[in-house]
Amino acid sequence: MIEIQHVNKWFGPFQVLKDCTSRVEKGEVVVICGPSGSGKSTLIKCVNGLEPFQEGIITVNGISVGDKATNLPKLRSHIGMVFQNFELFPHKTAAENIALAQLKVLGRSEDEARARGKLLLDRVGLGEMGHKYPSELSGGQQQRVAIARALAMDPIAMLFDEPTSALDPEMINEVLDVMQELARDGMTMMVVTHEMGFARRVADRVIFMDEGEIVEDATKDEFFGTPRSERAQQFLSKILHH
Amino acid sequence: MKYNWNWGILFEEPYFGWLVSGIEWTLIVSAIAWIIAFSLGSLVGVARTVNSMPVRAVATAYVELFRNIPLLVQMFIWFYVVPELVPDGLGRWMKRDMPFPEATSAILCLGTYTASRVAEQVRAGIESIPRGQTAAGLAMGLTLAQVYRYLLVPVGYRIIVPPLTSEFLTIFKNSSLALTIGVGEVLMQARQIENYTFQGFEAFTAATLIYVVVTLIVVFAMDRIEKRARIPGYGVQRGQ
Amino acid sequence: MGAFDFGAITRALPYLWDGMQLSLLLTGLSAAGSIVLGTILALMRLSGIKPLQWIGATWVNFFRSLPLLLVIFWFYFLVPLIAQRQVDAFQSALVGFVLFEAAYYCEIMRSGIQSISRGQAWAGYALGLRYSQTMRFIVLPQAFRNMLPVLLTQTIILFQDTSLVFVVGLADFMTSAVTVAQRDGRLMELYIFAAAVYFLMCYGASLYVKFLQKKMHQ
Ligand SMILES: Nc1ncnc2c1ncn2[C@@H]1O[C@H](COP(=O)(O)OP(=O)(O)OP(=O)(O)O)[C@@H](O)[C@H]1O
Ligand SMILES: [Mg+2]
Repeated sequence: MIEIQHVNKWFGPFQVLKDCTSRVEKGEVVVICGPSGSGKSTLIKCVNGLEPFQEGIITVNGISVGDKATNLPKLRSHIGMVFQNFELFPHKTAAENIALAQLKVLGRSEDEARARGKLLLDRVGLGEMGHKYPSELSGGQQQRVAIARALAMDPIAMLFDEPTSALDPEMINEVLDVMQELARDGMTMMVVTHEMGFARRVADRVIFMDEGEIVEDATKDEFFGTPRSERAQQFLSKILHH
Repeated sequence: MKYNWNWGILFEEPYFGWLVSGIEWTLIVSAIAWIIAFSLGSLVGVARTVNSMPVRAVATAYVELFRNIPLLVQMFIWFYVVPELVPDGLGRWMKRDMPFPEATSAILCLGTYTASRVAEQVRAGIESIPRGQTAAGLAMGLTLAQVYRYLLVPVGYRIIVPPLTSEFLTIFKNSSLALTIGVGEVLMQARQIENYTFQGFEAFTAATLIYVVVTLIVVFAMDRIEKRARIPGYGVQRGQ
Repeated sequence: MGAFDFGAITRALPYLWDGMQLSLLLTGLSAAGSIVLGTILALMRLSGIKPLQWIGATWVNFFRSLPLLLVIFWFYFLVPLIAQRQVDAFQSALVGFVLFEAAYYCEIMRSGIQSISRGQAWAGYALGLRYSQTMRFIVLPQAFRNMLPVLLTQTIILFQDTSLVFVVGLADFMTSAVTVAQRDGRLMELYIFAAAVYFLMCYGASLYVKFLQKKMHQ
């Protein structure tokens, strides 16, 4: 479904991604972890073309992201994305946040968009919160609205960039639970996170990045059993014994 | 567009002489007005930061009064109304014996008006200096006046060099309003050339070039001064 | 000289009111036009496309180096020449104001747009919105709202600036006051009255802006 082949990317003279190669099958959940600044966010933003890359190929469902001829807005409308800072639109209510792209991108009717929004808000446990503005919601609630907003587009895959790292500890689980349920329903997911508990429970594979390289790309059991690289071992011991 | 071009006209007498004298008047009026604006504005700006409530109120009233009345109205008031309002003797002198009555009124008008804008910049500059600095100065045994004299004012000014540059350019541009009371500055001369020769395009182009060139020179010069006056770590408060 | 003659003002009130309506109309239309144009210029300056950036920057720097009075004269002279017919002073003044003030509104909108985090635009794109849609539905409404106090302050300045149409004889509030002043020989009364009216309107509006700012910061 998502295929990343020999991707290199530079910010000016600085190389952020070094020959990254991986693939995500339909229905698979892949967790990406690694130290700060290792290029995780950049990699995941390359997948839906938010960041351009200079070399290599990324395809989603066979459509090349880097190709100039590709209709990027259309492609992105099929890939949901959830950000570390939620990025709800502060001038719109939760329901309007969820409706906007349904109306403007998918061309759904007001009624249709509202009904779909209501259904998804129920699904993330916020059925009564549609009329609230983001500033009136807690962090965990905002992130769940953001997930509902992405799901409203009926995406074929979801990208998560540290969805819980801006949250207070007591709110982390409410978001992880929603994500776990999504995975159970068979959603294809790429998740940048440091929540190793989530990775153990939900992931099929784990990718470990360091300094722009994909150092480990292994099944969950392999990764947590016997990580082959020293860097991954160090990283894991730091994170787990924290 | 039927129009008879004649760029040469700008270099013929008397028109060339008019433009030159226009530039002179513009620069004289702007420069003297700037001296007033800078000194009076500094005074008012500092007054807005002191502890004394009445002093602050007077300074605030000054700023609000001058910036909420269009400059053109102020120009007319200085020229036509003020001589009527001041004591008889002074009023008579202003009307009969004051040298260059138009230019003098224009200078007073531009100076006092721009002072209100300079005051706001000075206040912002002083307020942007952390309070701890004042405390540190006082703790060293300086009087409050000395703290202003040696610390707040010099540091504040360095911070506000860029906005002060733009205030100077504002006075330079606003000096064009002096034409409404008969000062022969650049724009007045350009219009006069248009009236005499019907070569409006050439005349206004000349005025435009004069303004653009002077602006470029001032911006360039102030950029140099700013680089010299800059305190490391201070004063980069506006995004490019 | 005689005492202050209030009658001179009250007699002229209907005439002055006509002038004020023209001032307000010119302010409203100029503000609307120059905010739209200024926003387009701001988007050009931020587009990352060299020629567009250059046009935007040159426009802004050029008009900001000129006195408004010169721009008013330019368009009073130019617009009829270009249109090849008589154009009334209101229309040429309006054109001049829009092009000139757009330079100032551009800089306000530019800093407003820059104040919106990149993540907001990313979130828009990630949902499949196009650039124009992301700007229109997400970035610009927020930039506009954040900048509302500054935009209003600039509009107060614009209102004061409209008094300059006096130089082309357009019958705004200022020109009406001058006309009456000269006709009746009542300069002091009318100029002080004009100053008072402008002051009350502008000061009142600036108090409202302050209130708005407080409300926005809660
Ligand atoms: N727009 C940019 N311009 C220049 N350098 C950038 C830019 N964005 C990111 N970088 C750099 O690229 C590197 C990778 O950034 P990235 O955000 O992908 O890291 P990350 O793995 O997501 O880190 P974190 O865990 O802190 O989110 C970092 O060194 C960062 O400083
Ligand atoms: Mg990141």
